[in-house]
Amino acid sequence: MSADVRAMKTPAEQALSSAFAATRGKLPGKGAVVALRDDAFRRFDASGLPHRRIEEWKYTDLRALIREAKPLAEPAASKGVVPDLSGVEASRIAIVNGRYEPGWSDYYSSSDPGVVLSELFAFVGEETAHGLIPGKDDIAVSLNTAFMTGGVALRIKKGARICKPIQLAHIFSGPAAATYPRCVVIVEKGAQLTLIESFDGPSGADYQVNSVLELVIGEGAQVDHIKVGRDGDAALRVSTLGVTVDAKASYRDFAFTTGGGVVRNQTFVRFVREGTEASISGATLIKGRQHVDNTLVIEHAAGGCTSRERFRSVLDGESHGIFQGKIVVEPHAQKTDAKMASHALLLSDEAEADNKPELEIFADDVQCGHGATAGALDSGLKFYLMSRGIPEKQAEALLIQAFIGQAIEEIADERIRESLMQTAVNWLGARG
Amino acid sequence: MSFLEVKNLHVEVEDKKILNGLTLSVEKGQVAAIMGPNGSGKSTLAYVLAGKDNYKVTEGEVLLNGENILEMSPDERAARGIFLAFQYPVEVPGVATMTFLRTALNAQRKTRGEAEVSTPEFMKLVRDTANHLGISQEMLRRAVNVGFSGGEKKRNEILQMAVLQPELAVLDETDSGLDIDALKIVADGVNRLRSPERSMVVITHYQRLLNYIVPDVVHVLATGRVVKSGGKELALELEAKGYAQFQGEAA
Repeated sequence: MSADVRAMKTPAEQALSSAFAATRGKLPGKGAVVALRDDAFRRFDASGLPHRRIEEWKYTDLRALIREAKPLAEPAASKGVVPDLSGVEASRIAIVNGRYEPGWSDYYSSSDPGVVLSELFAFVGEETAHGLIPGKDDIAVSLNTAFMTGGVALRIKKGARICKPIQLAHIFSGPAAATYPRCVVIVEKGAQLTLIESFDGPSGADYQVNSVLELVIGEGAQVDHIKVGRDGDAALRVSTLGVTVDAKASYRDFAFTTGGGVVRNQTFVRFVREGTEASISGATLIKGRQHVDNTLVIEHAAGGCTSRERFRSVLDGESHGIFQGKIVVEPHAQKTDAKMASHALLLSDEAEADNKPELEIFADDVQCGHGATAGALDSGLKFYLMSRGIPEKQAEALLIQAFIGQAIEEIADERIRESLMQTAVNWLGARG
Repeated sequence: MSFLEVKNLHVEVEDKKILNGLTLSVEKGQVAAIMGPNGSGKSTLAYVLAGKDNYKVTEGEVLLNGENILEMSPDERAARGIFLAFQYPVEVPGVATMTFLRTALNAQRKTRGEAEVSTPEFMKLVRDTANHLGISQEMLRRAVNVGFSGGEKKRNEILQMAVLQPELAVLDETDSGLDIDALKIVADGVNRLRSPERSMVVITHYQRLLNYIVPDVVHVLATGRVVKSGGKELALELEAKGYAQFQGEAA
């Protein structure tokens, strides 16, 4: 028996192969991009959709979850509304069905001299940033590279401080289909940016999103990235974030997920030079049969960087929350300080939480640790609140809010923090 | 009719019988001390009054102002004026003390059909009381009891009591874990709340607390019922002779 023999292709995998063969010549980009696509598709084709026997995908078996590969999405038929974050003023860049739609956007590249905005393939034509990102060997990333339909490249010039957050608003509209948006954001030395990435789409439509964001953070830059997943309840979304961080930068990342049927947020971060401080955190509130997987790989490839990974999830109904976090400290990355914590609050007997923290430490002078918990609301705490006159439902809501608030408070921007807190409160309110 | 009437109360916790026909009356405005050895059922009585679950009442009744409270949830009891100062106050991460106080006060007022308290009124009430109890503004901003010392937690209980203005305050071993200075601060806080409209049940193992919170009556609890009642001098007698006499008597 040979372990190399691949199982027979699933109908979805076969459909992806046919789709690639049929669309390869029509997809945007020339020369180097075509070669990139071909190479990526070969990598995908060799392994197929990731499944539970691949450790990184143990809990999110795409081979089982993707029964049918949807056709590539068409451009949206008519202009729609770009959803914002309530109470947060941002410059919005609309990426609709995987394509940059300047007509939907309220951001214009001329509006700020510190920002250069280009359509993805215009950018790729002049530079070859692709291949930079950590996580590029991932199967989902390969699939995105093979099919990428569009997106934007954003460059924040050296020393520029962008006061108003920029929002990459991913929107799905129309009949269920597949989208492969890809964006590149480069924040140069000493620049500052708050970047919101949002995902919205209609409920009831089983659309598929495979998105990639490459984020390059320069020396001394300050970047806050907030990803908000509000997809429709039948959507399947795999979003990859690949980040390289230079010296003495400040990088704060937050993944907030309330929407989607199946969501996989995978984040690959690599600290390539010393002295950076990073906070990578997230909050998930799900119910029904929702499945949300936050997977991190944090590579400390240079010494003297501090990273904090803090994730919290509230799981109701039959939902399934997954946290997989791996911290890798390379041999020369001395004085690394990395701590990871993941906490799940289960609101029903049917909800499931899986926590998988991992540390791979090859340096000897480091401080690393991790902790994980999963459990129901503390009955002693609930009694304490009720004994003060707070009714049971309100006491529960207050405790859940406090639990998730401890994650949300990691967000530096007050308006975004309050907006997401309000979303959490509304979510709890809808729980009844 | 007394303000609080506990009649022939039998209570089990995890199939173990703790209260054995406890009968007790507390008058309006009265401060009643409950003393007794470890395991006599003092804390169980406190929890049963506040409505903690997994305390199974197998017999008897508890009337507050003539109304049976045993079927009420803890929050309903609180809105009717019962307050329990916990022996071990819990930490509530993520909930600021001010938010907690305000939520509790307004929830009670809502249940009673009263209007919410105004912000300036609320702030003044909390600030004045906190000052008396030596609770800083910084502590008020912090999450409830998180990182507080034992003494700070007890003071925070009294602060809550002062804000919520209960008609029946049950103080469960409020003196435990306090040094003499902290004990005085807490006792002063309690004494300021003494009023003809407020009854108190002060549960303690030691007579020491009763030097500072002088009771109107003292009840001795042993093996789950009241075995002796008397004036404040009874506490001194217990201090001198110990509880052994009652444990023998009850068995």
